Amino acid sequence: MALDSKIPKGPLADKWTNHKNKINLVNPANKRNIDIIVVGTGLAGGSAAASLAELGYNVKTFCYQDSPRRAHSIAAQGGINAAKNYQGDGDSNYRLFYDTIKGGDYRSREANVHRLAEVSGNIIDQCVAQGVPFAREYGGLLDNRSFGGVLVSRTFYAKGQTGQQLLLGAYSAMNRQINRGKIQAYNRHEMLDLVKVNGKARGIIARNLITGEIERHAAHAVVLATGGYGNVFYLSTNAMGSNVMAAWRAHRRGAYFANPCYTQIHPTCIPVSGDHQSKLTLMSESLRNDGRIWVPKKKEDAIAIREGKLKPTQLAEEDRDYYLERRYPAFGNLVPRDVASRAAKERCDAGFGVNKTGEAVYLDFAAAIQRYGKEKALTSGISNPSAEKILELGEAVIENKYGNLFQMYEKIVDENPYKTPMMIYPAVHYTMGGLWVDYNLQTTIPGCYAAGEANFSDHGANRLGASALMQGLADGYFVLPYTIGDYLSNDIRTGKISTETPEFDEAEKEVKERIGKLLNAGGKYSVDYFHKKLGKIMWNKCGMSRNEADLKEAIEEIAALRKEFWQNVNVPGTADSLNTELEKAGRVADFLELGELFAKDALNRNESCGGHFREESVEQSGEQKGEALRDDENFMYAAAWEYKGEPKEAILHKEELVYENIEVKTRSYK
Amino acid sequence: MGGIIQSSIVRKVAMALSGLFLVFFLLQHFSINLASVFSEDAFNAASHFMGTNPVVQFILQPILIFGVVFHFVMGFVLEARNRGARLVKYAQYNGAANASWMSRNMIFSGLAVLAFLGLHFYDFWIPEMVHKYVKFAPEDATRYYAETVEKFHSPVRTILYVISFVFLALHLLHGFASSFQSVGVNNKYSTNIQKFAKAFAVVIPVGFIFIALFHHFNH
Amino acid sequence: MKLLLKIWRQKDASDKGQMVDYPIDGVEEDMSFLEMLDVLNESLINKGEEPVVFDHDCREGICGMCSLQINGEPHGPDRKVTTCQLHMRMFNDGDTITIEPFRANAFPVVKDLMVDRSAFDRIQHAGGYISVNTSGNTIDANAIPVNKDNADDAFNAATCIGCGACVAACKNASAMLFTSAKVSQYALLPQGKVEAVDRVKAMVAQMDAEGFGNCTNTGACEIECPKGISLENIARMNREYLSASVLG
Repeated sequence: MALDSKIPKGPLADKWTNHKNKINLVNPANKRNIDIIVVGTGLAGGSAAASLAELGYNVKTFCYQDSPRRAHSIAAQGGINAAKNYQGDGDSNYRLFYDTIKGGDYRSREANVHRLAEVSGNIIDQCVAQGVPFAREYGGLLDNRSFGGVLVSRTFYAKGQTGQQLLLGAYSAMNRQINRGKIQAYNRHEMLDLVKVNGKARGIIARNLITGEIERHAAHAVVLATGGYGNVFYLSTNAMGSNVMAAWRAHRRGAYFANPCYTQIHPTCIPVSGDHQSKLTLMSESLRNDGRIWVPKKKEDAIAIREGKLKPTQLAEEDRDYYLERRYPAFGNLVPRDVASRAAKERCDAGFGVNKTGEAVYLDFAAAIQRYGKEKALTSGISNPSAEKILELGEAVIENKYGNLFQMYEKIVDENPYKTPMMIYPAVHYTMGGLWVDYNLQTTIPGCYAAGEANFSDHGANRLGASALMQGLADGYFVLPYTIGDYLSNDIRTGKISTETPEFDEAEKEVKERIGKLLNAGGKYSVDYFHKKLGKIMWNKCGMSRNEADLKEAIEEIAALRKEFWQNVNVPGTADSLNTELEKAGRVADFLELGELFAKDALNRNESCGGHFREESVEQSGEQKGEALRDDENFMYAAAWEYKGEPKEAILHKEELVYENIEVKTRSYK
Repeated sequence: MGGIIQSSIVRKVAMALSGLFLVFFLLQHFSINLASVFSEDAFNAASHFMGTNPVVQFILQPILIFGVVFHFVMGFVLEARNRGARLVKYAQYNGAANASWMSRNMIFSGLAVLAFLGLHFYDFWIPEMVHKYVKFAPEDATRYYAETVEKFHSPVRTILYVISFVFLALHLLHGFASSFQSVGVNNKYSTNIQKFAKAFAVVIPVGFIFIALFHHFNH
Repeated sequence: MKLLLKIWRQKDASDKGQMVDYPIDGVEEDMSFLEMLDVLNESLINKGEEPVVFDHDCREGICGMCSLQINGEPHGPDRKVTTCQLHMRMFNDGDTITIEPFRANAFPVVKDLMVDRSAFDRIQHAGGYISVNTSGNTIDANAIPVNKDNADDAFNAATCIGCGACVAACKNASAMLFTSAKVSQYALLPQGKVEAVDRVKAMVAQMDAEGFGNCTNTGACEIECPKGISLENIARMNREYLSASVLG
């Protein structure tokens, strides 16, 4: 099947408006007879469910958490981008579009990204109307901060809890519809399969996680907003329950999976402390606004610090290597995430790491505290402030900006980041890849839509900071409600979809067999044992930098591990009761398939772009020497994989990316 | 009334308002008692006024009795409901880690004060009622001081009196300050209100104790 | 370090349940409390037993999924943290640690340490929103300036993660702190004022219907709240409710 991205004709800036004007609508009376299933209740799913219910459709939402409000969007810290230009610093829809395309290293679809930029402003209006308490200035107007990879301040924020506030906003919109009876929320439910009838998505099989009951739910369309698959690495900043199952089940039913190898490794996470580690904690990128990243200049100092003989605060300014400021003078500490992460890895691999594992760099706020302290003293009319006063005032400013992050850091690491620099290291954070969708966010299965991180659409090979929240809400509030209507306009005479059909019978049977297989493997290793092993393979061979030999090994090793898993996993408990191990087993089983496709995709993409860095593809000379080298001639496409049984059998379909409105350049942050 | 009193917040406010009313009464009672330390005549005059003025006797006194009865009946109702809100108890509950003893044991300090009220009624109020409304005994505006002082001859009664006021202090230490929060006062004045309420909760009961001991040891 | 864990085990909602002792060795200071339980569960699974079930998800203190009454306090002895952020360095070698589910009639136990907090959701359904449609055709975000102090207070109230520690800590199992946080967020913003009267009445009525106890101002909720939600919110809700009852 040839991929049809269904990008509307016409000039870039008019595409979305024209498209909205032309698509078919469903009249209000008919909407009452149409059911939509939304799986996942994060920013994309929550906002989509609320908007669709408000339009009049009957919506069922599904989430594995005990409440929609707990979806992992809640953990997003830094902010949400919008081209409001409130700061008057030259921002515009075009500039947001341009930054996002460039940040994504020219591997995203122009039309989608422009639409994202167009609706970004509306998101802020919408959220403020819903009572989302964004940070404000003393005049009562909204405040902005700047983020990595851009030269304007366009990020709206609510301290370090922007994701929480936006999700609670979407959840409140859901609450309103639940109260009206338009949304039925199925919490503590997990989607285990997608049901297709006559080639169209017509429902799902879900497991009630409390009773273990396998349930059938039918609908005219299914929206998957189930987030990313970063947990394929075992250690990531994702929630413990974050998984790929819904997307992967859809993939197995015919939805193409695009660019699985595009993973964002976030530069500012708290370093791993030991083998017991169950997850990694992110420190918002916004910290890079004020923190300076460095390692010791001399290797002997790094060793002394690792051995606890030297404190970072004792190191003189000239003995510190502010390597981002050195390598990228234009963007400095605010280079995009992939660049910052690789630079940290490069320094640590070279032996300059600063914690006991040698895998950490410093993020230092001493200079910012001094700067803010002096500024504050000046504006408060304190003449000749003492050094202590400056420190006190400066720390207060920093606390006001990042208080909760600093507190979190101190609780985890047991060190005071106001007094000694933070230690950070990159960690898996976000996956740009996901289900392939067309301009309407429809997957290659008619009636099956993917929104938010679960789709592949807007971030190309690398996502800019504060853009995930923007995309999730754009998809849910402003894109899906239109495009899904276009599809459903053909379904107004279909009537209720029955769950008593051979297709549902078959899907339920398959689900139950799979559960039986997991429970009866009778092996001797826990699910976590396999998950950790998979994570090690992924991190070591498909991590921040990749090469052909490693990737080929990874493919073999993952396939072998998957085989062993099915023979040797130990899942205690029963199918018909609450069984957390069984839940994990199902998720890890899918990660074991996805992981292999991931490596295959990474192997196929023999170029370095965005978060995907191939050691074979670097600049050989000139100013950019050693930096990632893209191969636009051979790889300017989105790789969409079709399921054919074993992941290694997957078939590649290419969606060629066409840039008509933007000049494709080397991404330089020098 | 039936509908609105079902609301948890209205109950809480009613508890606070009746409590505040009783606090006010306590202050008034205290000032008259304090007079007994300084002047027998003043005490007799005040007592006589309170005991014979029809407004006090037939309007304020019933309101007061209603206030007292309402406060403790509501206290029991709330306590029963609150205990019922957690039928399976914790094996380990470290209440001291996050709340004062006073705030967690209002029912016990309240019961102690209620028991004292029983004694107090037995000692003073019932004899008064009998004197005035059963026997219709002739008025004597100078009898109050001697009657009061006589009660404090007994060391047992004096000790009971002292203990009761310790419990009253504990009850007030949480109750008075907390009633402001209940009626929705929590603002920039709150710190000072809290200080005042805590001081009141200590000073007034200590004052009562002082009066009891004063009469015990002086007569 | 070596510890003795006393953990509540309960097969399902209808089971009576009991405390069971689990000795555990090799716990490291840098582990989080939940990572310590992971270690215990791994050993239980390897012995062929069912692991201890507890709620958890983000493990960074924001989703509100994790709970646990640890040594008689919700989220354990540390302050301003959730259980997932509680680290074993708070405990000593040889300690006995009691681990129970959050207890309240309104939070029935699902299994072991997992409880059903859907009562909180129902309180939110009753009025925890502003009735604005999601079309995006609203007024510009900067059209209504909001006093910064009010915006900050609204934000502070809105940081509630809905974990239920306030209910678990309260001797009366009262949900006033949770409910008042939501009421306050909207009451403090001009956008929320329009529906303030109906909102506070509906949310309080639902809170009462769920069977939570009454507030007696012990302040335990504020102390145990991992996000430090202030008692001021309860006072504000009392005010809002009273004026709504009188005026509305």
